[in-house]
Amino acid sequence: MNAPERPGFSGQQSVELPNPLPRPEGEFERLKEAWKAPRGISFITAVNNTYVGLWYVGTAFLFFILAGILALIMRAQLAAPEGDLVGHDLYNQLFTMHGTVMMFLFAVPAVEAASVYLLPNMQAARDLPFPRLSAYAFWAYFVGGIVFLCTIFFGLAPNGGWFMYPPLTGSKYSPADNADWWLLGIGFIEISAIAGAIEIIVGVMKTRAVGMSLDKLPIYSWAMLVFAIMIVIGFPAIILGTLLLELERAFDWPFFIAERGGDPLLWQHLFWFFGHPEVYIIFLPATGMVSMIVPAMAQTPLVGYRLIILALIATGFLSFGLWVHHMFATGLPKMSLSFFSAASTAVAVPSGIQVFAWIATIASGCMKLTTPSLFIIGFLFIFTLGGLTGVMVAMAPFDWQAHDSYFVVAHLHYVLIGGMVFPLFAAFYYWMPAASKYPLSETLGRWVFGLMFLGMNVTFLPMHITGLIGMPRRVYTYPVGMGWDALNLVSTIGAFMIAAGVAIFLYDFARKFRFASEDNAGNVWNASTLEWLPNGNYATRSIPSVTSRDPLWDQPNLSQDVEEGRYYLPGTVTGGREALVTSPFDARPQYILQIPGPGWQPVLAAVFTAAFFLLLTVKFVFASVICGVLAVACVIWWLWETDPGPVRPPADIGGGIVVPVYATGSVNHSWWAMVVLMVVAGMVFTCLIFSYLFLWLVNPSAWPPQDVNIPDEVRPSLAAGLYVLSAVLLARASALLRGDDRRSPRSVPVLIGVALLPLAGAAVTDLWSQWRMGFSPSAHAYGAAVYAILCFQTFFVLTSLIMGVYTIARWLAGRLDSVRRVTFDNTMLFWYYTVGQGLVALLVVHGFPRLTGGV
Amino acid sequence: MPEVLGPVRCDAVRQGGSSGQESAQHDEETQSRRRELAAECFKGTKSHGQAFLFNARKTHVGQMNLEATWNGLHEALRSFAGRAAVLFCAVPLLGCSGVQSALDPAGGDALRIYWLAVIMTVGGTLIFFAVTGLLLYAVFAPPQRREWLGTRRTIICGGLAFPIITLSALLPYGLIVMRDTDVPKPGALPIEVIGEQYWWRVRYLADGDRPEFSTANELVVPVGRPIAVSVTAADVIHSFWIPNFGGKIDMIPGRINSLNFTAERPGIYRGVCAEFCGDQHARMAFDVVALDAAGFEAWRREQANPAREPATPELERGRQLFRAGGCGSCHAVRGTEANGQFGPDLTHVGSRRTIGAGQFPNNVGTLAGWIANTQHIKPGVRMPSYGSLTGEELRALAGYLESLR
Repeated sequence: MNAPERPGFSGQQSVELPNPLPRPEGEFERLKEAWKAPRGISFITAVNNTYVGLWYVGTAFLFFILAGILALIMRAQLAAPEGDLVGHDLYNQLFTMHGTVMMFLFAVPAVEAASVYLLPNMQAARDLPFPRLSAYAFWAYFVGGIVFLCTIFFGLAPNGGWFMYPPLTGSKYSPADNADWWLLGIGFIEISAIAGAIEIIVGVMKTRAVGMSLDKLPIYSWAMLVFAIMIVIGFPAIILGTLLLELERAFDWPFFIAERGGDPLLWQHLFWFFGHPEVYIIFLPATGMVSMIVPAMAQTPLVGYRLIILALIATGFLSFGLWVHHMFATGLPKMSLSFFSAASTAVAVPSGIQVFAWIATIASGCMKLTTPSLFIIGFLFIFTLGGLTGVMVAMAPFDWQAHDSYFVVAHLHYVLIGGMVFPLFAAFYYWMPAASKYPLSETLGRWVFGLMFLGMNVTFLPMHITGLIGMPRRVYTYPVGMGWDALNLVSTIGAFMIAAGVAIFLYDFARKFRFASEDNAGNVWNASTLEWLPNGNYATRSIPSVTSRDPLWDQPNLSQDVEEGRYYLPGTVTGGREALVTSPFDARPQYILQIPGPGWQPVLAAVFTAAFFLLLTVKFVFASVICGVLAVACVIWWLWETDPGPVRPPADIGGGIVVPVYATGSVNHSWWAMVVLMVVAGMVFTCLIFSYLFLWLVNPSAWPPQDVNIPDEVRPSLAAGLYVLSAVLLARASALLRGDDRRSPRSVPVLIGVALLPLAGAAVTDLWSQWRMGFSPSAHAYGAAVYAILCFQTFFVLTSLIMGVYTIARWLAGRLDSVRRVTFDNTMLFWYYTVGQGLVALLVVHGFPRLTGGV
Repeated sequence: MPEVLGPVRCDAVRQGGSSGQESAQHDEETQSRRRELAAECFKGTKSHGQAFLFNARKTHVGQMNLEATWNGLHEALRSFAGRAAVLFCAVPLLGCSGVQSALDPAGGDALRIYWLAVIMTVGGTLIFFAVTGLLLYAVFAPPQRREWLGTRRTIICGGLAFPIITLSALLPYGLIVMRDTDVPKPGALPIEVIGEQYWWRVRYLADGDRPEFSTANELVVPVGRPIAVSVTAADVIHSFWIPNFGGKIDMIPGRINSLNFTAERPGIYRGVCAEFCGDQHARMAFDVVALDAAGFEAWRREQANPAREPATPELERGRQLFRAGGCGSCHAVRGTEANGQFGPDLTHVGSRRTIGAGQFPNNVGTLAGWIANTQHIKPGVRMPSYGSLTGEELRALAGYLESLR
C-alpha cells in the first residue's frame, strides 16, 4: 500500500491535489444517494452521526432540564427551616434522582452525544465506524432513561442516594422496587457508555483525515480518547457493583451483609473506583471542547498542545488512584489515607496545566467577547474555585469535617457545573452554526451567561459556609435556629436565577435552532478545524489531507477544494456508505470500510433490551425473557448484514492510492472493537476477583466457612482441560481457514461445533463440582463470591456458544471463507478470552482457599 | 381521646403541646438553671490554658477576615467573582459560632482542623484572585503588554511549578494535622455509640469502679479528659459527627470504628448523622453536653442509678400505663420490669435535653405529642403512634417519663 503523498501547500498548486477536476458526472449524486436519510416513520432508523448525535444531545439536555427542575423543588423545600413543600419520602427520591439523572443520564451521555456529533466531523470522517451501535446506544438510553425518570411520578423512584450505599439499599431496608429502578437506570447507561466508548476509541484511532497523525489530532479527539479509555477501565467497577447488588437484592447473596460475611465497604470501593474517575470522565471532554473553542475565539493556535495532551493523560491516570478520598471518614488506616490524600492533591497539577495553557492562548491572541468566550471565562472562574476547594477536601483532616456536609455539595457543583455545564453551554453556542441554519442570539446569550454565572455563585458560594457551620447533606429539612436559614434562602434564590438563565436559553434555542446539514450557518467564528468544512449527510464531499493542527488556517482554499471533490474518496466506490480507515499513528489510508446504513435492527434491539430490563425490574420474568431473546435476535439480524467481504477489487481513492474495500486481522476496525470489549470484560472480571479477595480479607478465618468443603482437584482439572481443548480445536479451525484463495472447508463448522462441547462441558463441570458440595450462595459471602464468579464465567460461555453457532450459520449461508473471516476472527478472540477467564476463575476459586490454608 | 389529641400535631409538639404548658414552663426554668451551670463551668476553665488558646483563636479569626475582605474589596471592583468572594469571606463573620459548627471549635482536634481550613481558605483565595486576575489580564490588557503571558513558560511556571511547590508545602502540613488528630490517648473515657434508624444508642463502659450504663441520644462528656468513642451501626450506615469537637467517623454495620477527641470548653453542642441513612436521616441528631469533671461524675452517678419511683398517684398511673401499653417490650427502664432493648433506654429520659433524637425540647407536652403522633412527627421511625390514649392518659404517661430524671 502506498503512503499517501503529502501535498506541500506552498501555494495554490491545484495539480498536487489527489483528484483532478472536473469530477465525473453523477459521482456526487451517487454519494448523496448513499447517505440519504430515511423519510417518514423510518426517519427514526437513521444512523448518521449527525442525526443520532443531535437526538442524543437533545435527550441528554432534556434530562438536564428535568433534573434541574427536581433541584428547584429541593431548593424551594430548603428555602426555610422546617419546610413542608414536600415530604421526606419525595425529597429523598428527589435528591437521589437529581444526582443520578445529572450524573448518569445527563453528564456522561451529553459528552458522549456531543462526540457522536462532533468527532467524525472534526476528523473529516464520513461517520463513526459503527453507526448502528451509536443508534442502538442512543435508543436504549432514550427508552430506558425516559421510563426511569417517569418513576418519580409514581413514587417509585430510587430513594437511597445516587451512591446507593448498602445495607440501606439492600432488600432488608429497601424492600420496595425503588432501588431496583436505580440499578436498571444505571444498566442502560452502562450499556450506552461502553458502546459509546468502543465507538470513540475506534473512531479516534482508525477513522481520521489523511495525514492527521497523532500529533495533529485535535485536542478534543485526544480528550475523547482518554475519556473512552477511562470509561473502559472505570465503568466495569460499577457494572460489577450493580450486578452484585442486584444479586443480593434478588437472590439474597450476602455480598454487603455484615452478619453473613459481607461488607458494606466493598460496595463503596467498587462504586468510587468508578465514581471518582467518573468526575474526570465528565470533565475531560469538556476541557477538550474548551481547547477547541479558545483558539477559535482568540484566533490563535493553542499554546502548549503537547503539555495539554500530557495533562489529559496524567489526569486519566491519576484519577484511578484517588477513589478512597470519598471514603476518608470510613475509618481506614491513616497510612492509606496519606497515600490517597497525596494522590488527590497531585491531580490538581494536570488541571493547572490546562488552565494556564488556556490563559496563555488567550494572552497570545485576541479574545473576542462572544457568548462562547463568556462561558469559557465563567468556566475558568468557577472551575478554579472548585479546584481549590478540591485541594481542601483532599486534605483528609479537613475532609473529616467537610465530608457529607454542604461544603461538599458546594465543591462538587463548582467542579461539575463549572467544569462541565459551562463548557457545554459554550459548546452549544459555538457549534450551533454547524448544526443549525441560524446561530443563537448573542444578545440573549449574554443574559443567559449572566444569569447562570451569577446564579451559580449565589447558589453555591454560601453553601461552603452552610456546610462548615454544620449542615449535613441529604436532609429534607433542618431545624430553626441553627444559623442556616439565611444562607439557604440565598442559595434558593440563586437556583432560580440559574433556572431563569436556562429558560432564556431554551427560548432562544426554540427561536433560532433549525436543523441543517448542508445549508448550516457555517464557519461564523473563522475557526481552524475540519468540522467547519462544508458538509452534508455524507460529511465532507472528499476526505482532506491534513498537514497542520489548524488546517483551515494553514491550508488555504481547503474548504473549496474539499467541496469540489479534489481530495480523497470524492464519491462512493462500492455504491453504499463508506468510511476511510486510516492507520492509528500517522493516519495513512488502510482500507475502505463499508458502513451499514439505516435499519430497524438497532432500534428494535434497543427497545427489546429496554423492555427486558424494565420488565425484569417489575418482576414480569417471563415477558422479560421473551424480550431478551428478541433483543438478541435483533442483534443477530443486524450483525448478519455486516461483514460484507471484499465486494469489489481494491479501489483508487485519488492520488494514486489504491486501497482494498475489506480487511481482516488487526487492521480491521471490528478487531479493535472486540479487543476493547475484551478489556472491558477483563476489567469487570478483575473487579470480581478483587471483590472475592476483599471478602476474604474481611473473613480471613472463614474462607471457606467452617462447614463448607471445597471440591477435590479432579473436577476443576477436568474443566481446565476441557477449556484448553476447546481453544485448541478453534485454533485448528482458524488454521484451516487461512489462505488468499477464498476457501471454506467443511471441516471448519465441524471443528467449531465440536469445540462448543468441551466449552459447555467445562462450565457445567465446574458448576456441578461446586453444586454437589451443597453450600448455598446465600449462606455466606464466600458462597456468594464463588457463585458470582461461576455465573459470570457461565454467561461468557453462553455468549461464546451463541457466537459459535452464529459463526457456523455464517458458514452454512456461504458468508464465511478464508478471506471473508472477520466474523470468525471476532468469535475466536472472544472464545480465547472466555477460555482464559475460565482458567483464571478455576485457579482462584479452587486454588486460593488451598493457598490460604482454609482447607 | 380525639378531643384532646386532635390539635396535638407536629407544630404543637414543637411549641410544647397544649397538654403540657405548665411543664414546659417548668422545663424552661430547669434549662435556664442548666445554662447558668454551664456558664459557671465556662468561667471555671478560664483559668486553664485552653481559655488562652481560644482567645487567641478569636483574635486570629478577626485578622483573617479583615485581610480576606480587603483582598475581596480590591478585586471586587473588577469582577463578579470578586463580589462573590467578598460574600464568601464576610459570611463567616456573621454566623460561624454555633452549637453545631466546625468554625467554632471546642476541642483540640477541631481547632487544628479549623486552622488547616483557615490557612487553606486564605491561600486558596489568594490563588483564586491571582489566577482569575491573570485571566482577566490576558483578556483585557493591551496585546503588547500581555505578550509575555502567551508562551509555554506560563504553563510551565503557573500550571506545573507553582502547584507542585504549593502542594508540596501543603501536603506535609495536612499530613501532620492528620497525624495529630483523632489520636487514642491513655486514660481516655470509653464510650460506645451505636447508630440506629434514626437514633443513637449510647453506652458508657465500666470505668474503674463506676458501673456500665446505657442512655440514648445524648453524649455527656467531661471537659479536659480524652474521650474514646467506639462506633458501629445496628442496621444501615450512619456517621457520627460533632463539628465543634472534630471530624466525623462512619458507623458501619459489622465494623467498629473509633473517634478520639477531647472537649476543652464546657457547653452544650450538637452532633448529627452525616451519612444518609433513610427516611428520617434529617431528624437524627443528638445533644452533646461538656461538663466539668465534678459535674460529669455527678451526672454519671445519677445515670447509673435505677429509675426513680413515682412520687405522686398521677405518676404512678403513668407507670401503670407504661406497663399496660407494652412500652417495656421495646424500652428499658432500669429498676422496673421494662427491659426492652429495641428502642432507647428511658431510665433517665427526663434528664435529657431533647427527645426524638435531638428534635424537640423535652417536656410533658412534647413527650405526650410524641407518644400520640410518632409517625406523624417523624414518619418512618420504628415506634408506632399511640393515638388511642386519652388526653388524661397521655398526660400521666408523659408526666411519668418526664419524672425519670
